[in-house]
Amino acid sequence: MPLKIYPPVMDIYELVGNTPLINLSDYLQNTRIQLFAKAEWFNPGGSIKDRPAREIILAAEKEGKLNHKKRILDATSGNMGIAYTLLGRARGYKVTLCLPENVSPERKRLLKIFGAEIILTDPLESIDGAIMLARRLYQSDPEKFFYADQYSNPANVLAHYKTTGPEIWEQTSGKITHFIAGLGTSGTLMGVGKFLKEKNPHIKLIGIQPDAPLHGIEGLKHMLSALRPSIYQEDFLDEIIYVSTEEAYHMVKRLLQEKSLFVGVSSGAALAGALKLAQTLSEGVIVTVFPDSGHKYLSEAFWED
Amino acid sequence: MAVIVRIPTPLLSLTGGQREVQAEGSTLMDLIEDLERRYPGMKERLCDEEGNLRRFVNFFVNDEDVRFLEGAKTSLKDGDVVSIVPAIAGGLNP
Repeated sequence: MPLKIYPPVMDIYELVGNTPLINLSDYLQNTRIQLFAKAEWFNPGGSIKDRPAREIILAAEKEGKLNHKKRILDATSGNMGIAYTLLGRARGYKVTLCLPENVSPERKRLLKIFGAEIILTDPLESIDGAIMLARRLYQSDPEKFFYADQYSNPANVLAHYKTTGPEIWEQTSGKITHFIAGLGTSGTLMGVGKFLKEKNPHIKLIGIQPDAPLHGIEGLKHMLSALRPSIYQEDFLDEIIYVSTEEAYHMVKRLLQEKSLFVGVSSGAALAGALKLAQTLSEGVIVTVFPDSGHKYLSEAFWED
Repeated sequence: MAVIVRIPTPLLSLTGGQREVQAEGSTLMDLIEDLERRYPGMKERLCDEEGNLRRFVNFFVNDEDVRFLEGAKTSLKDGDVVSIVPAIAGGLNP
């Protein structure tokens, strides 16, 4: 293996992005299709969310919306909160997060250790309840908070347009034909998709959705039944593929058993969706995204099944 | 035997927007069967093809997780409050 030398870095911001692309083509029977996944747990906060968090913080500073008199505020079910907290504190910002009470214990613990202020909301209302509270908090004291609002903030999309998209283009030498990713805020698909379509308008964009409103794929959103992120433009996508929670769990375990890749549930959903897509193609280069590792899902029951 | 059932946001479309409904059953599984009669589509959201409680749905009887009681066989009595809570907070999220 050729030795790659990376220069020393000054801070955590420089560690965001430039993640490896993993070749999973041997999961496909058809040798004329290639399949790759971006290993996003290589980001310093452990997930793809470091990319939008970095862009949101830097853009807000530049636009004068964020200064040291304000706290960063948002609703999140985990990864984005971890990213805001780590990247925020590196630049001296305090962070307030609205989380549904049913966020996994690992996440709550990480956020506390990292120093976030956490406000728990009714678990029955899911993330939507946390979003409503974040909006109310901001409206009650707009001077105290910078409301990052990942669901509406164009910097979320821009982060992927500026980093994830170009990385995928370079790592596949411009040969990518299909980009498929889970839809949460939709920032990944909107940003990467915009970059790729500008490079080659024939590239297809496919969104992955849970097959039911009540599901267990952390980070994915059932768009029909929940608050819709304003950055999401459905007509920008060529296709939507539906994945069940059980299919996602199954793929998480396959990746661990067959590849020694320890990924989170949304990565399992990404692989399940990509394999469904591959069945409809005769040739192509498919790229997907594995948003995080399995560490934050240790308390889930499916590992023992 | 009426039990109060608290419905999570993702299932409100099945109950016509009601956050709390009443249903009957002497065990949790009986209750789910009754919910299915009243609100068709409920059972497949809560149970897999084999009829087991789905891994990503937590059931609490008066704030106790049924995993630490008797699962689907947990017995219920008049006035109990059953909460159906998604195991993840996701939905719109990251």
